[in-house]
Amino acid sequence: MKEITSVIQLIPIEHYVMLCVTLFSIGLLGILFRRNTIIILMCIELMLNSVNLLIAAFSAYHSDPSGQVFVFFIMIVAAAEVAVGLSLLVMMKRNVDSVDINLLNRLKW
Amino acid sequence: MVISGLFVVFSRSPINSVLSLIMCFIAMAGHYILLNAQFLAVVHLIVYTGAIMVLFLFVIMLLNLNKATIPQKTSVTRIAAAVAGGLFFLVMVAATRHTLEITPRYPFTSKIGLVSEVGKTLFHEFLLPFEVSSVLFISAMIGAVMFGKKDGITKM
Repeated sequence: MKEITSVIQLIPIEHYVMLCVTLFSIGLLGILFRRNTIIILMCIELMLNSVNLLIAAFSAYHSDPSGQVFVFFIMIVAAAEVAVGLSLLVMMKRNVDSVDINLLNRLKW
Repeated sequence: MVISGLFVVFSRSPINSVLSLIMCFIAMAGHYILLNAQFLAVVHLIVYTGAIMVLFLFVIMLLNLNKATIPQKTSVTRIAAAVAGGLFFLVMVAATRHTLEITPRYPFTSKIGLVSEVGKTLFHEFLLPFEVSSVLFISAMIGAVMFGKKDGITKM
């Protein structure tokens, strides 16, 4: 069992950092790109998951179990946020009858 | 994982985005298993793929949001978004490019990802956040149900 887990440290940590940075910027690009609120919520989930993977990678490389517990808490927060975000979307669909986010811009002026 | 992330952003219908995000999450669970984070891999599969994505699918099906009838953003906005996203990516790559010093905090144990170790750390060091997160959950549930009620909502 010890050999299995020490092999992962042969992969340099920079590769995991690059992968998570790529995923995070893809999620960011998706938020700026799309107008559909569902896709924006999904891109927020993608960003949260990229950070989860990065923290879990650092926890494995530092032999620190509090990293994985922190990932657990981030998953908790993401689940609660998805529930509230989807109910907001249902309310938006019910009132404005569309999920276009550009329709809800009355707080601008 | 990167390819399925690109499919999430650039696909036409929301159902295709949800399916590619599910594929991305399953790939991420594989990465967790590579890192010996077994508990996290299973929790990730159950919570994210099994609950959150199913919620998304239910909302898309019940509200009939599959028709991609929303007009796209203007070309100027999309070019600006692509430039901003690309610049952010370049800045992050440049910031994290140099070699990071990995000095392990604790002596290396192969028991990091096992449920017993995660549970011990969770209930020794992180007991207060664990109890407070239950308050977070109940407030999120109350908020979600309150948003879903139909009585007394004035139309815009």
